[in-house]
Amino acid sequence: MSLIRAENLIKTYRSGEVEVHAIRGVDFTIEAKSFVVFVGPSGSGKSTLLNMIGCLDHPTSGKLTVVDTDISALDRRAAAEFRGKHIGFVFQDFNLIPVLTAYENIEYPLIMVQDWPEKKRREQVMRLLEAVGMSGQEKKRPDQLSGGQKQRVAVARALATNAKLVLADEPTANLDHDTAYRIIDLMKKMRDEFGTTFVFSTHDPKIMGEAEVTFTLEDGRIHQPSGKEAGHA
Amino acid sequence: MLNILKIAVRNLARFGRRTLLTSSLITLGIVGVLLFTAVAGSFKTIIIGQFTDSMLGHLEVHRKGYVASIDSLPLNLNMQPTMVGKVEQVLKRMDAVEAYSERIKFGAMFSNFTETTSIRINGIDPAKEIATTPLLAGRLIGDKRAGALLKPGEILIPELIALGLKVKAGDTVVLVATNRDGSVNGKTFTVGGVMQSALGPGGKDGYIHIDDARSLLRMKEDEVSEIAIRLKNPAQLDAVYAQLSKELSGSELEVHTWAALSPFSNIANMIDLLAVFIKVMMVSIVLISVMNVMVMAVYERIREIGTISAIGTPPRRILALFLTEGLLLGLGGTALGTLISLAAIYALNIWKLTVNFGTQQGIVLSPSVSATDVVTIAALVVIMALLASLQPAWKASRMDPVSALGHV
Repeated sequence: MSLIRAENLIKTYRSGEVEVHAIRGVDFTIEAKSFVVFVGPSGSGKSTLLNMIGCLDHPTSGKLTVVDTDISALDRRAAAEFRGKHIGFVFQDFNLIPVLTAYENIEYPLIMVQDWPEKKRREQVMRLLEAVGMSGQEKKRPDQLSGGQKQRVAVARALATNAKLVLADEPTANLDHDTAYRIIDLMKKMRDEFGTTFVFSTHDPKIMGEAEVTFTLEDGRIHQPSGKEAGHA
Repeated sequence: MLNILKIAVRNLARFGRRTLLTSSLITLGIVGVLLFTAVAGSFKTIIIGQFTDSMLGHLEVHRKGYVASIDSLPLNLNMQPTMVGKVEQVLKRMDAVEAYSERIKFGAMFSNFTETTSIRINGIDPAKEIATTPLLAGRLIGDKRAGALLKPGEILIPELIALGLKVKAGDTVVLVATNRDGSVNGKTFTVGGVMQSALGPGGKDGYIHIDDARSLLRMKEDEVSEIAIRLKNPAQLDAVYAQLSKELSGSELEVHTWAALSPFSNIANMIDLLAVFIKVMMVSIVLISVMNVMVMAVYERIREIGTISAIGTPPRRILALFLTEGLLLGLGGTALGTLISLAAIYALNIWKLTVNFGTQQGIVLSPSVSATDVVTIAALVVIMALLASLQPAWKASRMDPVSALGHV
């Protein structure tokens, strides 16, 4: 069953006087519970594509269906609601809220995005803290955590609302090699444990081998995917 | 909401120095306004009290045209007994009226048998006058005597004449006055006391008994120049003025408040204007400082806003978060400012703050602010803080997450 379906997706934007063709008509599907990576050099369109899948940006044309919803036409409010309900994000710079503890960062979407009751919130956060190996660190603020620990908390935050899809744009770019592998392993483990689809981008050739499906982007176009039959272009 | 509050508090604490500086500015503004309101209000109340309680009364009734030509104290514009009777009838019906006093005002020549000067005289019924202007006796210089303020045959003279003509209590003096028909009459008086000068109309007048005034002016009827009225509660001034004016409409009489008769009302208006100006200054301080802080807060946290927006935080909650930060800044500054102000006002009452006004030295002020003033000013500051946060908060809530996340 496909979780994401893109049909002739095009994204064009203007940068000053220049018209940039970031995505030039791509078609692909991504199956639920798969572990997918978009690879490609800088400027190939990876982030633009992830932004569109994550309802952060609109395609210029084409159709993009995520979790059975045509997200191309969602307005600002509906897009925010959709993200809060179905999508988790992991960022290259971790993007934890500096004034909140690890526990509170994971709890944040359960309060500000969804209104979970306190008891259920606590159970979920403690479960995720344990799942990402951060038990006992819950009271630490981001500035007291290492890069790897921050990204673990970020992964837990992305999973907090039981999102069906987690998008991670270069999640290992700011981590050393060993930590990067551990984060990828963690994401895989989370996929197995929670059944969440993980889609991430990287330009690290060693990391891309860890994915089950790889889409190679070059100049806004997708090359044939490699890996298991979790997705196809 | 509690969670938004918690995050807002932590964000303010994150930029502690800036928060402290902004709150201090708001605190300073509040302290300035409340202290000025308290001290200026006390000064105004005391000075108005001096006018109303030692000279004018709260209201005065005159025959139409009398006040317009009051400089010449025209006897032909005195109120006839029928008019006086009508006014008395109305005043007796009004619960708000505590006392009233009929006065005959006229100009005369004052002589100590060697020197002569002009003087303005009030003919009064001492008991009624004291009931209407209770501070009048307090203006007597020297030992206060027991019994009536003034007996028939006595005159209370203003300080300046006593000094200029070297007259003291117990001396015999002569008053010569032109009567209504143009004839002149004279009468000797014993100086019963010397009155301290006071600012405003009547502040340098002499006082004699009303019967002596009628006798000196050879009045055939019990006519009077004015009727001064004291109210039980000065706050009812406007209401009583309106009621009395209505009751006396259609007659040849007119009613004036103390403010219409005293130049101090202009000073009182200036004090009120100054208070408004200071409030506007405070509002500007609050607006500028809170807006500055909130604009900075949004600018410095663009990536953070992008993050919370990306993970699905509804725009209204982002708006609420920044509005709460602005609100807390306002509330914190207001609470601290109010506490400091109330403490300072309490201290001023203990230390007995004194001021001089005209010839009156060492007026002890009793600064105070009403709960209404405190609530109004606090509400104004908090509303302004909210308004100042509105634009930055709105901007934050409308931020495009992709641009915000890419912000360097």
